[in-house]
Amino acid sequence: MLDAAFFVRWMTAAAAVIDREADRLTELDSPIGDADHGRNMQRGFAAVVTMLETEPPATPGAVLTAAGRQLISSVGGASGPLYGTLLRRTGKTLGEAPQVSAAELRSALAAGVTAVGQLGGSAPGDKTMLDALTPGVAALADSFDAAAVASQEGALATVPMQARKGRASYLGERSIGHQDPGATSSALLFAALAEVAK
Amino acid sequence: MSTGTANGTAGGADARVGVVLVSHSGPVAESVATLAVGLAGGGDTVPVAAAGGTPDGGLGTSAELITEAARSVDRGAGVAVLVDLGSAVLTVKALIAEGDELPEGARLVDAPFVEGAVAAVVTASAGADLNAVAAAAGEAYGYRKE
Repeated sequence: MLDAAFFVRWMTAAAAVIDREADRLTELDSPIGDADHGRNMQRGFAAVVTMLETEPPATPGAVLTAAGRQLISSVGGASGPLYGTLLRRTGKTLGEAPQVSAAELRSALAAGVTAVGQLGGSAPGDKTMLDALTPGVAALADSFDAAAVASQEGALATVPMQARKGRASYLGERSIGHQDPGATSSALLFAALAEVAK
Repeated sequence: MSTGTANGTAGGADARVGVVLVSHSGPVAESVATLAVGLAGGGDTVPVAAAGGTPDGGLGTSAELITEAARSVDRGAGVAVLVDLGSAVLTVKALIAEGDELPEGARLVDAPFVEGAVAAVVTASAGADLNAVAAAAGEAYGYRKE
């Protein structure tokens, strides 16, 4: 079973890996976006860590809901409301249980991913974070490690895609050949999850 | 500062719809607000607030500025929120989904930013309700330029 402390560790590990990879995320966002994804995510997750250190919520659901709220209010780009919605919907779906099972986390994350698709009006194949989140959640049925691998493969699979959403969609065919920064940061969230589950 | 609600009755017959303009750029939001108020005529226009860029003056969307702007124009008759691109759309949608972040009756209006802002402010200043304001702003999509 996973308790609130586990979810705090997940968010803290996510912040650390995003901090490490911020330059790479921004580099990926330069040719097809507005070159701020790394910095935006860094700022958002730093705010999440500060919040968790100051007033750590008591349940898994509350940790993710509060983290999502921080992201919406502090990121400044589209990744804020998208990741904010992912975590908030996942947290709300987990409810108020003091501990949750891996299976409960998987189905709550699935609800979170559905909410992201609704908010952005996007689907897998549009070259967005959904291309990493969707296979990642599916592979959670096997293990946290499998989810990390599947989401990473999903992010790599965005390279040949043509963007149909967001700033990159204005580039049309010129978006082909670049890895989607949002899918890349989504894979980092699963990598952090696998790391803390060890 | 509080301007209060018309006749002190929130949502009463004299309450006006407020308008919030959310852009990735502070100057764009401010200028469109000035334009819309100017074109609505010098008289008694509705409250309009700009929420452009990030709090430090950069390009982007700030949930904090949007929330402040929406509260500042709320007179109890609803708030029409017009947005420009990407994160502005998604942030307002996410704030509305939060439930308690924006004033009750705040609505994301599906409209072109500049033309919709003018239509919204003119219509709201004429005393229309939120539905009519949203419809007028949305109709601006139908006005072709060729």
